[in-house]
Amino acid sequence: MTSIPPVPLGLLAPELVVLAVAMVVLLADLWLPPARRGLLVVAAVAGAVAAAWLGLGLPDGVGFAGTYVRDGLTRAGQTLALAATALGLLVAPEYLRRGGLDRGEYYFLVLVAGLGAMLMAASRDLLLLFLALETLSVPLYVLAATGRGSVRSQEAGIKYFLLGAFASAFFLYGVALVYGTTGTTRLPEIGAAFSAQPVSASAAAGVGLLVIGLGFKAALVPFHTWAPDVYEGAPFPAAAFMSVVAKIGAFVALVRVFPMTLGALALHWSALLGALAVLTMVVGNLAALLQTSYKRMLAYSSIAHAGYLLVGVAVGTPQAVGAVITYLLVYAAMGTGAFAVAIALERGGAEADRIDDYAGLSARAPLLAVAGGLFMVSLAGLPPTGGFMAKLGVFLAAADAGLPGVILALVGFLTSVVSVYYYLRVAYVMFSPAPSAGVTPAQRSGVVHADATAIAPGSGTAGAAVRLHASPLLNLAVLVAAAAVIQTGILPSTVAALGAQVAALLR
Amino acid sequence: MVPATAYLALSAVLFTLGAAGVLVRRNALIIFMSVELMLNSVNLAFVTFARQHLSIDGQVIVFFVLVIAAVEVVVGLALIVDIFRSRETVDIDDVDLLRG
Repeated sequence: MTSIPPVPLGLLAPELVVLAVAMVVLLADLWLPPARRGLLVVAAVAGAVAAAWLGLGLPDGVGFAGTYVRDGLTRAGQTLALAATALGLLVAPEYLRRGGLDRGEYYFLVLVAGLGAMLMAASRDLLLLFLALETLSVPLYVLAATGRGSVRSQEAGIKYFLLGAFASAFFLYGVALVYGTTGTTRLPEIGAAFSAQPVSASAAAGVGLLVIGLGFKAALVPFHTWAPDVYEGAPFPAAAFMSVVAKIGAFVALVRVFPMTLGALALHWSALLGALAVLTMVVGNLAALLQTSYKRMLAYSSIAHAGYLLVGVAVGTPQAVGAVITYLLVYAAMGTGAFAVAIALERGGAEADRIDDYAGLSARAPLLAVAGGLFMVSLAGLPPTGGFMAKLGVFLAAADAGLPGVILALVGFLTSVVSVYYYLRVAYVMFSPAPSAGVTPAQRSGVVHADATAIAPGSGTAGAAVRLHASPLLNLAVLVAAAAVIQTGILPSTVAALGAQVAALLR
Repeated sequence: MVPATAYLALSAVLFTLGAAGVLVRRNALIIFMSVELMLNSVNLAFVTFARQHLSIDGQVIVFFVLVIAAVEVVVGLALIVDIFRSRETVDIDDVDLLRG
């Protein structure tokens, strides 16, 4: 007589709330008159906030035959994922309405991607981790291609999809090899089996393939080549959301797999992750220097930030892992914020994507320019912003961990210095006077954007004036992100609790 | 009796063929089929390992992988059809507006 294992649905309460709200949004879209679509966003954001609140209050537990765990890392990861989802929802409506893309599916896809990131944080099993990774990825492929009618958006979608599916296959082969050597896919049992016997070649290859799969999602060099193209082609709000939520999912999973599961074998993987971190920081920052497109600049900047985050994972001490969690929270705010500022602008019916488009912003929208400048200063890692405290936390933890960590911290510091140039250039442009009439920004900078005019009926002409659009929801998103960046910079202790919870798990 | 290592070797060969197909072929549909070949080679590995360990887990995982592959087909073919409608080609060398 076999008994049916218990189904602890209470453990899944936050996920179920997000799923239910996603379904409601998808169905309600069929009946709501177009003028009232704003309700969908409000419902979706309310669902994300409610799920985060619910998740913070739930006790620890393991369920579903040991595949699902709710602990400090789950709570921190899910709170981050839901914060990113809420911000990703708030920045979208204004842009979508302007582009005639305002459909309930968009909010549905954002919620499902957020759900995938939540499940990645709670995975205690490689199969569940793979399913969660796909739940995160598949909606993002569609979001990248939501700019219907725009060939650039289609191109972003197909590139992201083909390369993402390719990376998923590597991840899955890694799962198979690990299963082959250990006979299980449960993470704690894998950790125990790896510690009990010398690491075999196939086990090492399996773990290496897992790094490829997660590294692709996090846009680590050399698995980053998709990121600039996809961010550039995807609609602005989709790029804003995917840059943040994919990183949260991937890094929480990396923390779960490496420091938490394979902590005893740190000698074997920390050098590999450290090398990837150095490569990612150097390539991301140097490539960002050369960009004239705001989106591509932010894409390389997000690659560079993935490098800083990976420093914390590679070091793997409790202090460093706690710093990674805090860093992810700050990155969610400043990354989404930097995109949100650009969403408020439009040039001739197209996205204002050239850095030169932001000239004169301070005269026309002083508060928006101040927020934009603040996000740039924070991304560059200068005080008194959250970006500074987050970087300081990761680098100090790395420096405390011995010689390899000191090298990583040093490379991180030097590349941060390089990054100040390209971030502050954008802030400088925002506060410089607007170009005089008759001279287009393209002529002014001496850069010819042939492709901006040659494609896509409906995309703007190079010389068209930049116009400002602001909606209450977008302003709210910018305000929340700016407040988070300032608060984490001045009072870092208020968010340290999330990181401390995770660090406690490793002690 | 065929040893398990033979199945694992076949799985590795199929996976490599799939990966090579993704890197070499230029037609989006063929690339996508190569990815599916990679996923199915992993399925073969899972079944073989499940047989080796005499555990059911590996066999069950195969069903999950099949579902994920079907999900990817839904999204991937929709994207490819959308691209074909606007450009009359699915050759990825012609899909090259984004660069810099």
